[in-house]
Amino acid sequence: MIKVENLVKRFGELTAVDDVSFEVRRGEVFAFLGPNGAGKTTTIKMLTTLLRPTSGRVELDGLDPVAKRDEVRKRFGVVFQDPSLDQELTAWENMEIHGVLYGVPRKVRRERAEELLKLFELWERRDALVKTFSGGMRRRLEIARGLLHTPKVLFLDEPTLGLDPQSRNQMWTHVKKLNVSDQVTVFLTTHYMDEAERVADRISVIDHGRIVATGSPAELKERTQTDSLEGAFLALTGTTIRDETAGSADAMRQMARMWSGRQK
Amino acid sequence: MRVVYILWLREVKKYLRSRTQIVASLGSPIMYLGVLGFGLGPVFQRAGEGSYLQFMAPGVIGMTVLFSSMFGGIALLWDRQFGFLKETLVAPVPRLWIMAGRTLGGATVATFQGLLIFAVSLVAGFRPVSVWALPAALGVLVLTAVVFAALGTAIGSTLKDMQGFQLVMNFMVMPIFFLSGALYPLANLPKALAVLTRVDPLTYGVDGVRGALSGITHFGISWDFGALAFVAVLLLGVGAWRFSKIEI
Repeated sequence: MIKVENLVKRFGELTAVDDVSFEVRRGEVFAFLGPNGAGKTTTIKMLTTLLRPTSGRVELDGLDPVAKRDEVRKRFGVVFQDPSLDQELTAWENMEIHGVLYGVPRKVRRERAEELLKLFELWERRDALVKTFSGGMRRRLEIARGLLHTPKVLFLDEPTLGLDPQSRNQMWTHVKKLNVSDQVTVFLTTHYMDEAERVADRISVIDHGRIVATGSPAELKERTQTDSLEGAFLALTGTTIRDETAGSADAMRQMARMWSGRQK
Repeated sequence: MRVVYILWLREVKKYLRSRTQIVASLGSPIMYLGVLGFGLGPVFQRAGEGSYLQFMAPGVIGMTVLFSSMFGGIALLWDRQFGFLKETLVAPVPRLWIMAGRTLGGATVATFQGLLIFAVSLVAGFRPVSVWALPAALGVLVLTAVVFAALGTAIGSTLKDMQGFQLVMNFMVMPIFFLSGALYPLANLPKALAVLTRVDPLTYGVDGVRGALSGITHFGISWDFGALAFVAVLLLGVGAWRFSKIEI
């Protein structure tokens, strides 16, 4: 489904993604596991046509995201690390706009929106403004929205960041269910080990922009002679703490959190 | 086309829902009208220029449109980092449509705001010279709103963080307002000021509205129209170009 060969992304001096190659099979749940600043989000951005690779090849469903941008965009749904819902609109309106943007015909749009909102247990709240939703509900709505145009791949960039265990659990149950019933390929990034272990068929551990190891959770544990994925992760990436330089986006993220906290 | 429409509709819907924001945004124009309008009235009268309220109400309407449309555009900066903009930018539609929907939505909202202040100024005692002038005034308002919504979009697409916002407020929005002749007549100004007022697009917006509503115009309404239309096309181009360069 996704094929990446020798992918490189440089920002000036910094090499964010350094010669990365991997393959994601159709219908699989694939996880990118790595510490902060490992290059997870940058890779997702290149796969979702938001960044151009410096060099290397990317293929999604056989198409090149740079050359066939709009075709590729129709084939995936994405949930970003930062929320991208319109909080001043209702859940239903958010779904409607998404459907129009992706050119889903009205009838299909409405049926599918209903189906997805019911599945993600948001149907009763469809006419409530998103700003009244809890973090977990917002995430679920974002995933439901990302699936509205029946994509072949669903990208989830640290989707459970800041969610309580109940919401995380519920969210993954739904995603797993869809993965099985609709054969949606799921590509996710996370730094929660337990999560990756629970939902992913295969995992790539990425660090400093390079893939350190790829395999099923069991394989990774075996290779590192550890009994937990956390142990395997630490064995592969070391125990030093990564100090990311905070950019302006981080400053704004902090401010956004502050403000959204205040509104409640 | 449906894409442009739904994004336009989104802006309008959000505006109509934010009652507190509407009320809050009326605060400063009402201050200007009430305090400056009546405070400077006697001096203006003594200088032989007639009623100051008649003169400055169109200026305050122009100011409202300026603030509202610029804010709408600059809010893009916020929206792209933590909001809905990202969702539209990964959609399989040309960015030009997204920019058009947003900008036209912002311009529509700004025009509404201008009309609201027009209503408030009527309560304060402002009297348009004739009912027939209203469509012309509305036309000028719409063009003014498009000009600054496009400028706001261009700035919002270019800025990197919120610190830049204060800079834009102090070195762009306020000067545009004060140099527009919203508060003082354009005749007999010192040379430097005269030049600056003439490169300020809002000058033509205010002059056009004033020409239509109060019958006082410096350049003539058709000249105002032409100047605004020209700047609108120019800034829409710049806005679309900056918008197409956004990286998230």
